[in-house]
Amino acid sequence: MTSIIKIENLSKTYASGFQALRNINLEIREGEIIALLGPNGAGKTTLISIVCGIVNPSGGRVTIGGYDIVKDYRAARTMIGLVPQELATDAFETVTATFAFSRGVFGKKADPAHLEATLKALSLYDKKDSKIITLSGGMKRRVMIGKALSHEPRILFLDEPTAGVDVELRKDMWNVVRKLKESGVTIILTTHYIDEAEEMADRIGVINKGELILVEDKDVLMQKLGEKRLILHLTKPVTDLPAGLSAYRLELQNQGKSLVYTYDANQSESADIAHLLDAIAAAGIQFKDLETRQNSLEEIFVNLVKK
Amino acid sequence: MNIYAIRAIYKFEMARTFRTIAQSIISPVVSTSLYFVVFGSAIGSRMNDVDGISYGAFLVPGLIMLSILTESISNASFGIYFPRFIGTIYEILSAPVSPLEIVIGYVGAAASKSLMIGSIILATAALFVPLQILHPFTMLVFLVLTSITFSMFGFIIGIWADSFEKLQIIPLLIITPLTFLGGSFYSINMLPEVWQTITLFNPVVYLVSGFRWSFYEISDVDIITSLLMTGLFLFICSVFLYWIFKTGYRLKK
Ligand SMILES: Nc1ncnc2c1ncn2[C@@H]1O[C@H](COP(=O)(O)OP(=O)(O)O)[C@@H](O)[C@H]1O
Ligand SMILES: [Mg+2]
Repeated sequence: MTSIIKIENLSKTYASGFQALRNINLEIREGEIIALLGPNGAGKTTLISIVCGIVNPSGGRVTIGGYDIVKDYRAARTMIGLVPQELATDAFETVTATFAFSRGVFGKKADPAHLEATLKALSLYDKKDSKIITLSGGMKRRVMIGKALSHEPRILFLDEPTAGVDVELRKDMWNVVRKLKESGVTIILTTHYIDEAEEMADRIGVINKGELILVEDKDVLMQKLGEKRLILHLTKPVTDLPAGLSAYRLELQNQGKSLVYTYDANQSESADIAHLLDAIAAAGIQFKDLETRQNSLEEIFVNLVKK
Repeated sequence: MNIYAIRAIYKFEMARTFRTIAQSIISPVVSTSLYFVVFGSAIGSRMNDVDGISYGAFLVPGLIMLSILTESISNASFGIYFPRFIGTIYEILSAPVSPLEIVIGYVGAAASKSLMIGSIILATAALFVPLQILHPFTMLVFLVLTSITFSMFGFIIGIWADSFEKLQIIPLLIITPLTFLGGSFYSINMLPEVWQTITLFNPVVYLVSGFRWSFYEISDVDIITSLLMTGLFLFICSVFLYWIFKTGYRLKK
């Protein structure tokens, strides 16, 4: 797959001296949904803001569709739409007027059909002539999404799209996102909710303290997530594993006091547990207790972030 | 050129003007009419003619300039400060728009509004005092140049300001005194000699003087000097704006 955004050695130090990004390298593939996952203050917004031209980078290079975001900013920015984290709308304008404005500043001629489709997709059609000040918070968020889509961008940035958003809007938004993806739009979203990344993304990048710690296909990450461990607390410590157990992924831990069996919970091989326990009994190993543990994405994440 | 962007910004700004038509157009007209009534008719009838022109008629160019300056600055500064304040500026910053296009959109809209107000005041003035315009083209040049220059100046203030107080402090502390002392209400010749010299450091003097010349062919300073100074001011504002966009000053973090 070709990459549509290339971020090379990107760093950002704010005027305050605070280094918000350290040497970020990331390629975003055309047509994918990538989630940038990280705790508050990790640098997600900073990263997106640099790519979109709102914050000046301190070092490094970004290209969008092959165009440098500084030198060829026009060509680069024409492709993007941004829904920022903070709610910011013109209070006294109508919904239609702000959509028209957004399309205009991105250099496109008015298109009533697209305007209508956008209004409808976001359930804003009834409100199209309402002043934005009269809309609820959720409606305003829809307006911001609509503005970002008004010029038919090829790449959409959603910065913390569901923070403080009601269930219905969340559902609507994911529907819109899915349709956009089907039509080939690349979507970059940031979130600090793991389940959100899990639900939507094809790939997940983890950011912490300004560093991109990991970028992985979600499925690969889920595989790790799917790994389960069965831990047997042994009555007597064991120094070596009996040969009869070599067929299983077993490991001795805790000075031989625990026997750990790692298996994939997604696979039916888990039925093997019965056989394993038989084999252990046959080997003469006794245990006083047992437990199972699952690596959640949360756990993977916490481990990564602790390092 | 991203023509659609210029048009979008311009239209958006003009819509704001027409939405607040009362405060944006009617109020300057009312306040200048009051000037005409008070200074032109009531007090003016007891004042001597200035350089052969009745005081009421003498006031007209100065009052128009006064409105153009204050309106240009307040409209342009508010126009760009407001999106910064409420956060909608992100959209302009992320759009494929060049600094020049942004300036044309915002400054163009503010200048258009000033021109509208200037014309309305001129028409209103004609109701109160006998007017003549000897050099309509020169008048228009001054009107347009001043509107653009001071809208640019306002735009700069709108980018510099980081609070509503700061937005108002420059117009209040600098522009208002400069315009009042800039010969809107009197001829510089009426001042003591020392003050005549000091006054020449006030840029507004050149605008008012040149503008008045286009009406009555009377001026405190040479018309060419006036035009050159106006041009110089425009140039200085342009350089400033260029620098602001080049460095991203207060627009980008
Ligand atoms: N304008 C700024 N000046 C100084 N520091 C900033 C500025 N903007 C953000 N930061 C700091 O940079 C870090 C990353 O912020 P941000 O990118 O907003 O994180 P995230 O979106 O992941 O929560 C935070 O510690 C924040 O305090
Ligand atoms: Mg953020």
